[in-house]
Amino acid sequence: MDITAQQNLVHQTRDERRAIDFPKLSPAERDALIKKYHPDHRGHAYRSIKFGPNAGDSTVMEVATLLEGDSPIPADFNLTPEYSVDVLVVGGGGAGCAAALHAHAAGSNVLLATKLRLGDSNSVMAQGGMQIAVAPDDSPVQHFLDTLKGGHMKNDHDLLKTMVEEGPSIAQWLLELGVLFDRQADGNLHVKKGGGSSKARLLTCSDYTGLEIMRVLKDEVLNQKVPLLEFGAVIELLSDGAGTCTGAVLQDLDNKRHIVVAAKTVILATGGIGRLHIQGFPTSNHYGATGDALVLAYRMGVPLVQIDTFQYHPSGGVYPEQLVGALVTEGIRSEGGHLVNAHGERFVNELDTRDVVSSSIIRECEEGRGVRTASGRVGVWLDTPLLDVEHGPGTLDKHFPAMVRQYERYGVDIRKDPVLIYPTLHYQNGGVKIDVKGETPVGNLFVAGEASGGLHGRNRLMGNSLLDLMVFGKRTGLTAAERAKSLSQGKLTLTHVEQFREEAQRHQVSSELTSPMVLPAYTRHVS
Amino acid sequence: MANDSTTPQQFTEQASEIKPQMVTVEIEGKPFQVPAGVTLMKAMWYAGKEVLRGAGCLGGFCGACATYYRTKDDPKVKTCLACSMAVEEGMSFSFMPAFPARKAIYNLPELKDPKQDLFELYPEAPLCRNCNACTEACPQKIDVREGVWKAVFGDFKAVSDMFMDCVMCGMCTPVCIADIAPNLVAVYASRAQGVHFTEKPEGLAKRIKKIADGDYQEDWDRVLKLSDEELQNTTASIT
Ligand SMILES: Cc1cc2nc3c(=O)[nH]c(=O)nc-3n(C[C@H](O)[C@H](O)[C@H](O)COP(=O)(O)OP(=O)(O)OC[C@H]3O[C@@H](n4cnc5c(N)ncnc54)[C@H](O)[C@@H]3O)c2cc1C
Ligand code: SF4
Ligand code: SF4
Ligand code: FES
Repeated sequence: MDITAQQNLVHQTRDERRAIDFPKLSPAERDALIKKYHPDHRGHAYRSIKFGPNAGDSTVMEVATLLEGDSPIPADFNLTPEYSVDVLVVGGGGAGCAAALHAHAAGSNVLLATKLRLGDSNSVMAQGGMQIAVAPDDSPVQHFLDTLKGGHMKNDHDLLKTMVEEGPSIAQWLLELGVLFDRQADGNLHVKKGGGSSKARLLTCSDYTGLEIMRVLKDEVLNQKVPLLEFGAVIELLSDGAGTCTGAVLQDLDNKRHIVVAAKTVILATGGIGRLHIQGFPTSNHYGATGDALVLAYRMGVPLVQIDTFQYHPSGGVYPEQLVGALVTEGIRSEGGHLVNAHGERFVNELDTRDVVSSSIIRECEEGRGVRTASGRVGVWLDTPLLDVEHGPGTLDKHFPAMVRQYERYGVDIRKDPVLIYPTLHYQNGGVKIDVKGETPVGNLFVAGEASGGLHGRNRLMGNSLLDLMVFGKRTGLTAAERAKSLSQGKLTLTHVEQFREEAQRHQVSSELTSPMVLPAYTRHVS
Repeated sequence: MANDSTTPQQFTEQASEIKPQMVTVEIEGKPFQVPAGVTLMKAMWYAGKEVLRGAGCLGGFCGACATYYRTKDDPKVKTCLACSMAVEEGMSFSFMPAFPARKAIYNLPELKDPKQDLFELYPEAPLCRNCNACTEACPQKIDVREGVWKAVFGDFKAVSDMFMDCVMCGMCTPVCIADIAPNLVAVYASRAQGVHFTEKPEGLAKRIKKIADGDYQEDWDRVLKLSDEELQNTTASIT
């Protein structure tokens, strides 16, 4: 059957489906579904880490291999610094910009180094919005409970409480910088309801929330003249030889030159792992999402938490081919869009948490109720035209201009036709262990944003990441700046790398591979 | 690498079951055979090119992949985002190099009269000659020329609405005969709109005060005392 014929079934069954209320699963049903179908539970994709702070813990092959990889820096490397700063911020996404701006404002001498251009990141792509408890019927405590439920009760309570309580003041900070959040008629912030949340809590800037925030933050970083090193990838950290972080080695990707930075404090804000294509999944992530902070911190001796759990966003593109893996905004489901299988049936409550919805889509496809494209991919329908039917013509244009455009480019009109989706690798639920200041167990080494772990438990709730970035970007920036005031620069050594190499040898791991990955190897070898 | 099935290569091509149909495209003036229907970005990788400057979000949001292209036999050179456009037979394309536009430096809260200050920060803005080249160059189909005029006439609200889709690719800038960087003018106007001309949300201020005053302390005390099991029950009713 061609795609159009299959789409017709979605049109034909629309009215029928509208009449049915699809219940959410009970906790027991959720658990059973996830255990059976969620990629986090595919044992063959996992192995235990051979050595280091998480020795014996299980994670996906792709991550384990990188963690055990060798440092690209030889032991006799010349560590004469080219920069000497109070705070080195690594990563130019939301967390990095927030950290750099706060540290700079606190009077620190900051260097912001980032792998691509400033702002080329996951943050710029966030469409769904940012969860902050601002509505009168809502509260930080309710936000806490919702997140806990989404995270299967495995969230770090202290980190989570910190995030939800500081949310409103972050909204204030962004407004003061000129971020234009959507408003209600009375001037208050407009809130939307996101999957897995009991209250409407998502602040949005149409469906360009991340783009708007990043446009503003980037502009402010430039206005404040924060020293910037674009195309500067951190490939190793430096320590004083006694377990404290003292700087980093960067590679200038334009000319491959190494740059040594002496830094009293280092903040890693390097984001997620999508480009590792865990278990062969396509991804919604940006080009540089290669999990570099995990590797860098691990070699320094910092444990990772919940590093066996990843978020596969329910709606990644499947057709047209150009959109494979690209994120299709969750907003469609939030506003009532149905998921429909090849038989024209709904099969899950679309507002259930991401892990539940993704698992149910994988179930439909594995049990033969998926829709196959001409290029051999499989997915289920997301009934986009339903939104215009339900809320009136123009709804998609008004609320989802980015998505309308995303498909229009390839000749698909989402107002007329449903789109095909399948889960896409989206987010690293766990990450580097931090405390409420964003500091790791290694002194003066901070981690903020997606690279850090613990806050989101085993499943991040929609819209919580943008808030996490800002709250912990700010906290790390301020703490690092304060710390740096009373510190003198420690000496620069590669002791931790030597120790790591010795340990690798002891465990008979001789990795051919050096890590971090920095960029995925997409270039075809033409011989 | 961990294992071969995870090498990202498979995502740069058509799904493997079908042998891809090939098309010929010209990249930076040189012909290459690439699979039909892939994005311009994937065509670059397929052609064996390393991409550093030019790739960013890969999702149509960051503007890193600003590209000039021309379709077969058409003299018109158009613009697109290479990560969000499909190749076709006979197409010719090149990335746009970074363009050294001047960004004005300002401290928004300190500005007294942002609509007037625009003329000091971006004195070239009112010299727009209405050629419309910027609008034609915009891959996001923003009416850029109109936006520049709205900014000049002080309608910052309109500017902020019009440029919400702007990915800062900068393709409107090299074409401007008046040396205006319309996207930078727009960022200034939008931010000024937010900082100076938008209501402060009262509800937010109240919420911040309540948190600072410790109004939620009782709730916290109650919730944080709960055992995991009790928490489970408390949250079970969340829908
Ligand atoms: C498509 C998409 C949509 C999303 N939508 C939402 C949403 O609606 N709401 C929400 O809350 N969350 C959303 N998320 C999640 C959220 O956007 C991310 O978790 C978040 O932006 C991560 O921010 P970050 O600052 O930690 O990392 P990023 O924004 O990814 O930034 C990391 C930066 O570090 C740089 N970097 C990486 N490695 C190195 C290195 N070795 N050296 C130097 N620099 C390096 C990168 O190039 C990048 O600039 C979405 C994510 C995606 C991918
Ligand atoms: S307005 Fe300019 S910078 Fe913005 S998207 Fe259009 S061409 Fe790109
Ligand atoms: S390109 Fe420059 S001169 Fe021409 S319409 Fe745009 S802003 Fe005006
Ligand atoms: S790479 Fe970001 S818009 Fe194309």
